Amino acid sequence: MARYFTIFLTFARACLVRDMTFRANFILECLTSLGWMSMNLAFYLLVFTFTSEIGKGTGWSKEPFFAFVATGLIINSVVQAFFMPSAEELTEMVRTGGLDAVLVQPLDAQFLLSMHRVDFSALANGAVGVGLLAWAMSRMDYTPPAVAWLLYPLLLLCGVAILYGLVIMLAAATILMGRNQSLYDFWFYLTNFSRYPAEIYSGPWGGPLRMICTFVIPILLVVNVPARVIAQPFTGESWGSVAAAVIAAVVALVVSRVVFQRALSRYRSASS
Amino acid sequence: MSGSLEAVRPAGPLQGLRTWWTMLKICLEERLVYRGDFALGTLMRFLPIVTQVFLWTAVFGATSRGDIAGYTRNDIVAYYLLTMLTRAFSSMPGLAGGIARSVRDGSVKKFLIQPVDYVSFLLAARVAHKLVYYAVAAIPFALVFFLCRSYFPPVPDATTIAAFLLSLALSFLLGFFMEVTLGMLGFWFMEVSSIVFGYMLVQYLLSGHMFPIDLLKGTPTGIAGVSLADVVHWLPFEYTAYFSSAVWLGKVKGAQLVSSLAIEAGWVVVMAVACRVAWWRGTRRYSAFGG
Repeated sequence: MARYFTIFLTFARACLVRDMTFRANFILECLTSLGWMSMNLAFYLLVFTFTSEIGKGTGWSKEPFFAFVATGLIINSVVQAFFMPSAEELTEMVRTGGLDAVLVQPLDAQFLLSMHRVDFSALANGAVGVGLLAWAMSRMDYTPPAVAWLLYPLLLLCGVAILYGLVIMLAAATILMGRNQSLYDFWFYLTNFSRYPAEIYSGPWGGPLRMICTFVIPILLVVNVPARVIAQPFTGESWGSVAAAVIAAVVALVVSRVVFQRALSRYRSASS
Repeated sequence: MSGSLEAVRPAGPLQGLRTWWTMLKICLEERLVYRGDFALGTLMRFLPIVTQVFLWTAVFGATSRGDIAGYTRNDIVAYYLLTMLTRAFSSMPGLAGGIARSVRDGSVKKFLIQPVDYVSFLLAARVAHKLVYYAVAAIPFALVFFLCRSYFPPVPDATTIAAFLLSLALSFLLGFFMEVTLGMLGFWFMEVSSIVFGYMLVQYLLSGHMFPIDLLKGTPTGIAGVSLADVVHWLPFEYTAYFSSAVWLGKVKGAQLVSSLAIEAGWVVVMAVACRVAWWRGTRRYSAFGG
C-alpha cells in the first residue's frame, strides 16, 4: 500500500511539474473551470430571485442549497482531478493497443489506469466549494452538531468512492466495447442527477427515478447525504442515510473492482 | 502553374453543384460509420432536461406565482424541449477546434491548392452532419415530444410556424458562421481551445440554453430602463437557442418578431463576411513547411 502511495505521489509530482511548465495554460484552465462554475452559481442566484426554496417544505432555502452546491463542487473536483483524466485516456488506449504497455507493468492495472494522471486545475472548483460552504454555513440559522462535522469528511469520501466506482465501471465498458465515447457522456449526464436535492424528484415519474438513483445507481447519495448532514437538522433518521452512503461506497468499490477485472480478462490487444 | 489550375477549376455552376454534392455524399458516409454511438448520444442529451424539469417543478411548487417572467411551469418544460430542437440546428460541435487543428497540423494547405472552397467544404460537411443527426435523432425527438405533448400550448398559426422554421434555418447559418470565424482565429493564435471554451461559456449563458432570456428582464444593467435581456436581444447568442423556442411559444409576436428576424439575418450576414475576411487574411499570413 505504501508503495502504491509513493508511486501515486510520483505521478502527481510529474503532473504538477508538467502543469507548472505550461503555467499560463494551467491558469487558463483554472479560470475556465471557475467560469463554468460561476455561471451555474449565477443561474442558482437567478432562480432564488423567484422562489425562497427549492421544493415546498424541503428546507432547501438559499443558504442550505448553496451548502449543497458547495458539497457537490468539492466531491466533483476531487473526482475530476484524480480519476477522470486517466479514465478519459482509456478509450484511446484500448483502441490503439496502448493498454498493452500498462498490463505488462508490475503494478495493479486498475491503479495505473485510473490514477496515473492528475489534473490539478480541477481542484480550483473544490477550493471555491470550500469557500462557498463557509459562506453558506456562516449565514445559516442552523448550527450543525459536532457529530455532523465529524461525519461530513467521511461522507465526502463516500461520495468520491461512489463516483470512482462509476468511473471504473464505465472504463470496464470501454475495454469490452472498444469505443464508447457516448458512455463517458453518459457519466456526465448521470452525475447531472446528483446536482440537485433528492426531494425535487417526486411525483409519478420522479418517485421511481429517485428510487433508481438511490438504490440501483446510488448517484443521489453522493452529494445529498453529506450536504443533508450539515445543512439540514441532524436527527435519528440521518443515521440511516449515513449508513446507506457508507454501504453504497463499499459496494461501488467492490463491484467496480470485480467488473473491471473481468473486463481486463476479456481484453484483446489491438496492437501487432 | 496557373494553366494546371485552370484545367481543374469547375467549368460552371453545374460542375460546382456536382462538387458540392460529392462533398456532401462523402461526409454523409463518414458520419454514418458510427451511427450507433450517434443514436445513443442523442438520446442521452435529453437527460439534463429531465433534471431541469424537476428543478422548475420544485421551484413552481414552492412559490405561489402562477408564472415566472411570463412562463408557466408547462411553458418552461416546453421551452427546454424546444431549445433542444433549436440547438440541434445551431450547435456545431468540434467545428472551430477542427479548423484550428487543420491550421496547426498543416492539413488546411490542401484547400489552398485544390479547387475546393474551404468554407463551402465545411458547410457541406456540416449539412451532412446535421442530416444524419436529424435522421437518427428524429425518433428519440418525436418520442420525447409526444410523451411531453401536454406541456405544449396549441400548435401556433401558419405565420408563426413559418417564422419558427425561418429562425431555425437562420440559427443554423448563424451557428455555423460564428464557429467558423472562431476557428479561423487559429491562423493567429494556433491554439484556440481556450477561446472556444470562453465562447461556449458566454454562448451557454446568453443563448437561452440554460434558462429563458425573459428571466433577465428584471436584471438591471446600470442604464435606466435597459435590462440585461434588452442587451442580450442585440447580441447574436439568443438567436441560437432562445429565439426560435420563444417564437413557437408565442412569446415573440408581431413587429417584435419581424425586427428580431431582421436582427438574426443581420448577424448571419455579419458573421459570414467576418469568416470570409478571416480566411482571406489568415491564408495570407499562413505558412507551411514540409510535405
